[in-house]
Amino acid sequence: MPDSQQIIGKPKLAVYKFSSCDGCQLSLLNLEDQLLDLVGTVEVAYFLEARRRELPPPYDIGLVEGSVSTPEEEKRIHQIRRDCKFLVAIGACATSGGIQALRNWADVEEFMRCVYATPQYIHTLDTATPIASHVFVDFELRGCPVNPLQLLELIGAVLVGRKPNIPTHSVCIECKRRGLTCVLVSQGEPCLGPITQTGCGALCPSCNRPCYGCFGPMEQPNIASLGGRFQSWGHSPRGIKLMLRSFNGYLEPFKQASEHYERLEKTK
Amino acid sequence: MSDSKKPSESRTIRVGALARVEGEGALHLEMRDGKVEQVRLDIYEPPRFYEAFLRGRDFREVPDITARICGICPVAYQMGACHALEKCMGVFDQVDPAIRTLRNLLYCGEWIESHVLHIFMLHLPDFLGYESAITMAADHGATVQRALKLKKLGNDLVALLAGRAVHPVGVCVGGFYSGPDPQQVKLMLPAMKAAVDEMAELTLFLAGKLQYPDLERDYEFVALCPDNEYPMNLGRIKSDKGLSVDQEEFGQAIEERHVPHSTALHAVIRGRGAYMVGPLSRLNLNAAKLHPRAAELLPKVCKLLKHELPWRNNFFSLPARALETVHALALAADILEKYVPPPRSRIPVAPKAGAGGHGTEAPRGICWHSYRTHADGSIAAARIVPPTSQNQMTIEEDLWKMAQRITDLPDEEAALRCEHLIRNYDPCISCSVHFLKFHRTWRP
Repeated sequence: MPDSQQIIGKPKLAVYKFSSCDGCQLSLLNLEDQLLDLVGTVEVAYFLEARRRELPPPYDIGLVEGSVSTPEEEKRIHQIRRDCKFLVAIGACATSGGIQALRNWADVEEFMRCVYATPQYIHTLDTATPIASHVFVDFELRGCPVNPLQLLELIGAVLVGRKPNIPTHSVCIECKRRGLTCVLVSQGEPCLGPITQTGCGALCPSCNRPCYGCFGPMEQPNIASLGGRFQSWGHSPRGIKLMLRSFNGYLEPFKQASEHYERLEKTK
Repeated sequence: MSDSKKPSESRTIRVGALARVEGEGALHLEMRDGKVEQVRLDIYEPPRFYEAFLRGRDFREVPDITARICGICPVAYQMGACHALEKCMGVFDQVDPAIRTLRNLLYCGEWIESHVLHIFMLHLPDFLGYESAITMAADHGATVQRALKLKKLGNDLVALLAGRAVHPVGVCVGGFYSGPDPQQVKLMLPAMKAAVDEMAELTLFLAGKLQYPDLERDYEFVALCPDNEYPMNLGRIKSDKGLSVDQEEFGQAIEERHVPHSTALHAVIRGRGAYMVGPLSRLNLNAAKLHPRAAELLPKVCKLLKHELPWRNNFFSLPARALETVHALALAADILEKYVPPPRSRIPVAPKAGAGGHGTEAPRGICWHSYRTHADGSIAAARIVPPTSQNQMTIEEDLWKMAQRITDLPDEEAALRCEHLIRNYDPCISCSVHFLKFHRTWRP
């Protein structure tokens, strides 16, 4: 954490976009009740989605949304690291590569031919990777999208120079606390809640559906145990691979586990 | 900002990025002898290859995956995917009316939050001469506060039906995982009713107090045109110039061109050319179907703007969006008031080989999906036509007209005018497509 004493005047906030859907930046704008207080506390120095004016670096806090998927982005992230004292990767794309990291297991040339009539116009990398694969990040905030209140907690914590209070336990614990009926035990639904990090508030079980893992793996998840249970219910290795390989599929240990089920799928 | 020289000399101008637009792009104006020679809107949003990696995924995953194309209008992507996949599975006609009503209610939520965000946070600062809503809030704090409250209500409505505003989790092929809790519905109703009056008042303020640049063009307006309701989820796709196609045929009626300067494909109507989707198109083609609360405002808005419909000036997309927000709030209030929990929130959908295409009205215009599926329900092929790529050629044509008028202006002023124009389209560049740098090259 930076020493808050070092921040002179209003702390400067920068928000950057890489390969992404804009949803995590929008989550900041979705803090309607706190937004005017927030912009009163920090100087929004660089945030193209919200304002035209840009103040020059350095910035006290930099929030990066999106994954690195083009040669230009690969260069830009290094300058951003130099410009920001405290750099936070926000959201599944920035912390895991995001859904577009599915290309990391595919032939990108073939992908380009599939989508674009003239693939030679397209400049892209063979992989979409998280920010921490390229530069040191001071914190990673999970979620597809991030929870606006966790974002607020994070900014507040950085401003006062303490550790952000972002729990790393499973969705299951959150779900039990809310008193929701377990969709896995009671309905036999393939819920990823036991291996997924909390932060959403156990949203999917509250909507009567199994968790699909949009906050990525919890600390030390027992994926083998859950996968074994799913298999005993008749789910195929391919099905389990797809469940693990979605918005945080390229993040360990989801990545490794999905590759395990891919091998099982092929040997079958 | 680069140094300014006389227009008679050759120069390249780099003006700061196009802010307040979701995604990244760049604008190039080439000038020769003081005249505009070329206009090019570059879009270099990194390609994410959705249509490629959707192949082989289970059809039930598609609404959650395509939502991630755009964090601003995830509901539009979910609705397009659900309807198109219900056609693939042969159950499109079996969806209960109560589920269709809840889908409209969900869409109302997205229209409210997206329209209010765009009108007040992204577009209004252009009209009032501020660089952002943050600066604008110092002088117009009350308006910004009112807008934030309305935006929150839109988000809360999406969350009520589907768990959260960005990438909602409650939607599935066949309906919803669960219907909203009647208790919560009841709690939201008074705020929704009050918001209708609030937004009606703000609409008259927007129509009466702003200066609208005069830029009329002969657009082709394209929108969904259902028989008996203002378009959201259903309807034939029609234009004011004779296009009238069934949802399935839309993919054939348009052609997508890949140009060197853009990762977004440019869509044109086959054999004709550029067209416009979005609030202006919807309003011009469907004004008679507005909710009575919005309909009663329309003549007053027309009087204040001194223009009857059809509006051919896309700066009027701002009052059009405001009217649509009133419509969405009033419709939402009606649905909430009459709400009784449906007998089932989803219909059963079994995997099947099939094909289906369907577009719905995202806040910024038609978002059209088409899929082919294998017998096991996995995706064989996907095609997604987002609104901004459909508007891109029309934006370039608008810029062409605007560029002729701004040759005498200093760079910063010229860039502002162009950005203002581009924001008329509420471009969601991440959908298809990154943000705008302004280049003006003067050639002797």
